[in-house]
Amino acid sequence: MQTATHPSNEVSYLDYKGKYKGIFGWIFSTDHKRIGLLYMYSMLVMFVVGVGLGLAMKLELIAPGKTIMDPGTYNAVFTVHGVIMIFMIVIPGLPAVFGNFFLPIMIGAKDVSFPKLNLLSWYFYVAGALLVISSVLFGNGTPDTGWTFYAPYSFKSGTNLLPAIFGAFVLGFSSILTGLNFIVTIHRMRAPGMTWFKMPLFPWSLYGTAWIQLLATPVVGITLVLVALERIFNIGVFDPALGGDPILYQHLFWIYSHPAVYVMILPAMGAISEIIPTFSQKHIFGYRAIIASTLAIAFVGYFVWGHHMFTSGMSGTAQYTFSILTFIVAIPSAIKVFNWISTMHKGSINPEAPFLWAVSFIFVFMIGGFSGLVLGALAANVHVHDTAFVVAHFHFIVFGGVGFAFFGAIHYWFPKMFGRMYDKVWAKVGWAFFTVGFLTLYSPMFYLGMMGMPRRYYDYLPEFHAANILSSLGSWVMTFGLLIVVINLFRSAKNGPIAEMNPWNSKTLEWTVPSPPPLENFDEIPVYGEKDGPYEY
Amino acid sequence: MEHVAQHSDPHYDQEASKMGMWLFIFTELLLFGGLFIVYAIYRFMNPEAFQMAGKELNITIGAINTIILLVSSMTIAMSTSSLQKKNKGLTVLLLEITIILAVIFLINKYFEWGVKFDHGIWPGSEHLLNDLGKGEILFFGLYFVMTGLHALHIVVGLVIIVVALNKIQKGTVNADRPSLLENAGLYWHLVDLIWIFLFPLFYLIH
Repeated sequence: MQTATHPSNEVSYLDYKGKYKGIFGWIFSTDHKRIGLLYMYSMLVMFVVGVGLGLAMKLELIAPGKTIMDPGTYNAVFTVHGVIMIFMIVIPGLPAVFGNFFLPIMIGAKDVSFPKLNLLSWYFYVAGALLVISSVLFGNGTPDTGWTFYAPYSFKSGTNLLPAIFGAFVLGFSSILTGLNFIVTIHRMRAPGMTWFKMPLFPWSLYGTAWIQLLATPVVGITLVLVALERIFNIGVFDPALGGDPILYQHLFWIYSHPAVYVMILPAMGAISEIIPTFSQKHIFGYRAIIASTLAIAFVGYFVWGHHMFTSGMSGTAQYTFSILTFIVAIPSAIKVFNWISTMHKGSINPEAPFLWAVSFIFVFMIGGFSGLVLGALAANVHVHDTAFVVAHFHFIVFGGVGFAFFGAIHYWFPKMFGRMYDKVWAKVGWAFFTVGFLTLYSPMFYLGMMGMPRRYYDYLPEFHAANILSSLGSWVMTFGLLIVVINLFRSAKNGPIAEMNPWNSKTLEWTVPSPPPLENFDEIPVYGEKDGPYEY
Repeated sequence: MEHVAQHSDPHYDQEASKMGMWLFIFTELLLFGGLFIVYAIYRFMNPEAFQMAGKELNITIGAINTIILLVSSMTIAMSTSSLQKKNKGLTVLLLEITIILAVIFLINKYFEWGVKFDHGIWPGSEHLLNDLGKGEILFFGLYFVMTGLHALHIVVGLVIIVVALNKIQKGTVNADRPSLLENAGLYWHLVDLIWIFLFPLFYLIH
């Protein structure tokens, strides 16, 4: 469709030779597509570590008593697993990889507003990751507080917590800068004629996400600084012995960390909102309702943090308020689910791998969402608080939501990113193993939690044995599926058949540029006419 | 990338840099906002101790520092206007005055903290932990954290202003491309504004 005229646009971003050669052509590149891939590869490395730690925990829990590690090691393992998975995988996840890669192309821009800042935020990401890893490798003892760094244990524990806390702070900085960049890019760089309500839904979800990243992250930043200062100088703000209040730490921590859940899930929902219409070949149902629910989630999400603290000591009024707000935040999520289902209704469904991931996303997300309502109800919460039920709930939402959406998104955009198609049969086989394994791994934890098995223990009572065996088996099946998916994608990126420019017959702008896209994406900035839209099938 | 450098002019978007700076200022406000919440809660819980401890602080130095920051905010705003009027000499002079004022602020802060240290008051000091109550421990803990973080912001602001000054002398920041100076000004006003809240909260409320 396009004849390249710009000298830099004759080759793809993968082949482009800039000032620097080899690996320096990547780590000094301000090209948003290369930065997206830098994030993806660095995340993959951390993800392998996180999955390994998760498997180790499941192996420990395959039988009561000590199986492969002692209690202290188990505490360290779930702490590092949590810190890696939350701060380095699911929070940056979709925005940093697909947001960086596709946001500018989808709104018809050549890059983000601040390309150098974009690269800087990746440097912060790497620096934060290295700091966290250094807390594992050096010092006396791996952090053992859990990823929440709850006071007062986070400054009483003798383990090497400072680098981990500082690492989380630096990762927050990376997140803030990415959010800032995206907001300005969306405001300033949309193609002529692309009004707010002609913008595709993935950029819309990134917009909502970016505001949360921007406004919530500084609060946890300062909270982590206070914990660090508490450790070094005994300033007293969270230390009850010096007059401070550890519950205040929990409030400040969750004021960020609950909205952070929406930083994880909103872009995932955005990617699903791209995949469903494409593979139904139908206009998205309720375009404006999806946007409104995105913004509603971003807004209401700030006011529900107290539901993490129902048993920590809060007034009854506060508990009722946080409980009702928690129920309210479920409504916009449900609106989205109805919209996706209605989009599929009477569409020409094409059950390719991305669609399968998207549909299973809806399934696991609904289970995660409904179990969230159980936790949001005050009476039920007291019963299952800090049990395996909670672990099952947030893995269904965080791993089920973000993980399934991430794999859906990579299978959807892969031909655009690498110019090659993956093996479609193996992609579906990988999906099947992953989904079955996922459900086998986490579903028994709902049962275990209801029966009263607490989380964060390396041991359990004999009556919980059977369900734990099932769960551990599931972890192996899921990892097997994961291996198939990753190997298939890696092989195909090198040797897959050359992909067409628009293999799924999608209508958004990224499919109008060559695969893989050239350095500056477009030779001519596209112009959106009166009747153009992202979902006009 | 080479290519981007060649075509950097069409990529220059003054509105975008200003918007980016405002967004960054939001994050700074929320960073300090967290501290202000902590302050408010502990003041509410320990009203008398906070009142007593506040009397330890030197209102005169605090007031002088407030005036210094307000004047420096004025000089940097004036330098922005004079850059628009293409008066390079005056712009440079006004920025130099701003830098000197910022350094004086830091020197005052140094002596102010020094006096506290001489009285045996620093976070975790024996005098603080053994002789004073929990409310005082919290007050001075927050005092050092909040004024310390603010001083850190002064240092960052100083660095930005020095960079802007350097680029104005080189001519890369000029009347047509004033973003860096304008953003330095915005940041400096933010630092000033935060002090405007810190000063009464710690020094004046008795």
